[in-house]
Amino acid sequence: MKSRRALAVLATVVVSGIVASAQVTFDRLLRSASEPDNWLSYSGGTMSQRYSPLTQVTPANVKNLELKWIYQVQSLEKFEATPLVVDGVMYTVSAPNDVIALDAASGRVFWTYSYAPSPLARLCCGRVNRGVAIAGHTIFMGTIDGHLIALDAKSGGLVWNIAVGGARAETGYGFTMAPLVIKDKVIVGSVGGEFGVRGFLSAIDAKTGKEAWRFNTVPGPGEKGHDTWAGDSWKQGGGPLWVTGSYDPELNLTYWGIGNPGPDWNGDRRAGDNLYTESVVALDADTGALKWHFQFTPHDEFDYDSVQVPVLADITFGGRPRKVMMWANRNGYMYVLDRTSGEFLLGKPFVKTNWTSGLDAKGRPMNVKQVMPEGTLIYPGNQGGTNWYSPSFSPRTGLFYIPSWMDTYSTYIKRPVDYVEGQRFTGALPVMSVRMLQPGPLVNRRLPEEGYGAIQAFDPKTGERKWAFNMSDMTESGVLSTASDLVFAGGRDGYFFALDAKTGSLLWKASVGGAVSAGPMTYAVGGKQHVAVSAGNALLVYGLR
Amino acid sequence: MLRRHVASVRTKKTLLILLASGAFTATATAQQPRYLPAEVDAGGRVYTSTCTGCHGPDGDGVAGIDFSQGKFRRAASDDDLVRIIVRGIPGTPMAPTGMSEGQAATVAAYLRSMTAAAGASASGDAVRGKSLVESKGQCLTCHTIGTSGGHAGPALSDIGLQRRSVDLMQSLVNPGGEVRPENRSVRVVMKDGKIVTGRFLNQDTFTIQLIDSTDRLLSIDKSSTRESSLLTTSAMPSYRDKLSAQELADAVAYLSSLKGRPQ
Repeated sequence: MKSRRALAVLATVVVSGIVASAQVTFDRLLRSASEPDNWLSYSGGTMSQRYSPLTQVTPANVKNLELKWIYQVQSLEKFEATPLVVDGVMYTVSAPNDVIALDAASGRVFWTYSYAPSPLARLCCGRVNRGVAIAGHTIFMGTIDGHLIALDAKSGGLVWNIAVGGARAETGYGFTMAPLVIKDKVIVGSVGGEFGVRGFLSAIDAKTGKEAWRFNTVPGPGEKGHDTWAGDSWKQGGGPLWVTGSYDPELNLTYWGIGNPGPDWNGDRRAGDNLYTESVVALDADTGALKWHFQFTPHDEFDYDSVQVPVLADITFGGRPRKVMMWANRNGYMYVLDRTSGEFLLGKPFVKTNWTSGLDAKGRPMNVKQVMPEGTLIYPGNQGGTNWYSPSFSPRTGLFYIPSWMDTYSTYIKRPVDYVEGQRFTGALPVMSVRMLQPGPLVNRRLPEEGYGAIQAFDPKTGERKWAFNMSDMTESGVLSTASDLVFAGGRDGYFFALDAKTGSLLWKASVGGAVSAGPMTYAVGGKQHVAVSAGNALLVYGLR
Repeated sequence: MLRRHVASVRTKKTLLILLASGAFTATATAQQPRYLPAEVDAGGRVYTSTCTGCHGPDGDGVAGIDFSQGKFRRAASDDDLVRIIVRGIPGTPMAPTGMSEGQAATVAAYLRSMTAAAGASASGDAVRGKSLVESKGQCLTCHTIGTSGGHAGPALSDIGLQRRSVDLMQSLVNPGGEVRPENRSVRVVMKDGKIVTGRFLNQDTFTIQLIDSTDRLLSIDKSSTRESSLLTTSAMPSYRDKLSAQELADAVAYLSSLKGRPQ
């Protein structure tokens, strides 16, 4: 009897092992909604809705969520990674570049892969990482010193490590985003907008590590858009990327948001619109060829990086079905674009703004204020109305959920700036009404009119705000929505909470002891739904009691 | 910049008025860049938290250097200042601060402003000042020095490291002129109508922390309150007409001597 039972246990283990070793094919990535127990990519699917079909946790029972396990990372850098969960195994990154594989049910560690980036790596805003990608049996991570690393998903062993061409760490290049897998390619884009880099997006062959195509975010001589840069200013034109893009398989287009022109706060040397900074670009996923672009903030001097996750959905807009892209931009405006053509459909402020008098019929800002040597007071402030924090779209409620910085302002000051390789190339740092980067939670004695955070819900068909959940401090949290009409998010003041997706009512909260600076995600293991979020220097996982 | 908490609404309005009137004045010599009050304010926060330990609030804590007199040993320009603040001076106690150049530039802005603000210090007697602070001034009703005193106002045990004598004088004669965010009061109306007031310590989305008028540390759940409001006015009386000019100078001399050492 005993040996028969042991055999049964062994059989179960073997079966589990077989499940755990299933390849993550591109077909699985495309149909991730059909296996909601897993979370296979940074935004939970190539449409980047950060929406889960899981329904075990509901508005009625969410109050019964309890902490199941914690994993404390060794790093004191901000913990910005969204974990992946693949067949019961969780993968996350301890900043800057240590990959950890854990049992998603218990938090016990299977393996870690430690990477020591070059000490020459320079980041504007923390030695951070936002997660990994998976394809087949391989985990992919970009590093802050410009490498792309492929690891065996089962052992954590190195498959390959390449220095991505031109991504010289000592001049400001590097990778902090979770890569995006499309077919046989792994796509990453470089940071460095505060160091005068010339940004790029690179598609690397997942097997060989060789570059298949590259898109320069600042066009060089002979490339379309080059004439939007005065003189040689394009050479240090910026255009960095640091959050993951999206993919529409029907159109075979991949969409990416691009950051600030260099130098950030003085545009005098770079007269022109400065394409494709502060734009979304739609690229052919096989070739990298530009299909269309939409520039949110031409000739930006406010550091309004358009580095947000492009949220794709098929909705009825203007009385007919449309393939749209929703975009809550750092410049304080929420946009709806037709993602087939880039046509501007809607744009409205979602926070207090004064940098422009409004958008014209094509979505271009009108009467944009100038940065002056004597200072210009601008809403929203330098950190924007939102930033890299993932928004969410629920196909059930039809609402677009935006992590928002309300009523912030900065005083921008125009000062001369010269380019020196490897040095900051920004101009004068604006004086901000709230702290820019904060580990938190720290003491908060602000008045409400000095800025606060919110999760806001908007109807993308009209731009109408449906509800807002206000917080006393800002938020760097992403938003997760689920098919049971829950919204999960957190804030810099150290709470993680669940809201009613239809009304914004608070249904549950947990004091997590650290700022939430990552996007929450959900998965199921052993038939039980879990919700995970990074906060402070820990990964916290909740489940029903 | 990063250590700066907020520009108060008052500062913001002042800035706007100054911008509108073109009333900015240079705070440095002609070849130096001009700085905005907002930058000076931001730099002052960083200076207080990072630099006063060695240089002192008046900028004269290191021999041969006196920021308030424009005396620098090695810095000829603001670029020099920024470089020294960021990288330090090897072989000296001036360690690298790790600040960004932008942040260091705000400190440079503040250092330049110190020259303009200097010169208001009358000579006072710290011994007489101690007696005034503890008796006639009744300062310990609301402030602590060492282990004595109340908590309605900020602690003063190391105020001589935090504020310049010119600032201390200003606070004595015009306490409402600038109420820093850390010195705000809060008034909470509970659901049962009871009113709680005190020194505002902290808040988050769901709770408020304060020290009330009976020195109790309270953490109040916002769900149990009807309303709450932060007060930006100062409860401190002005000593302009309560103390003579010499007495004010004596009090400032004493307060400036408080540097966190046992009394």
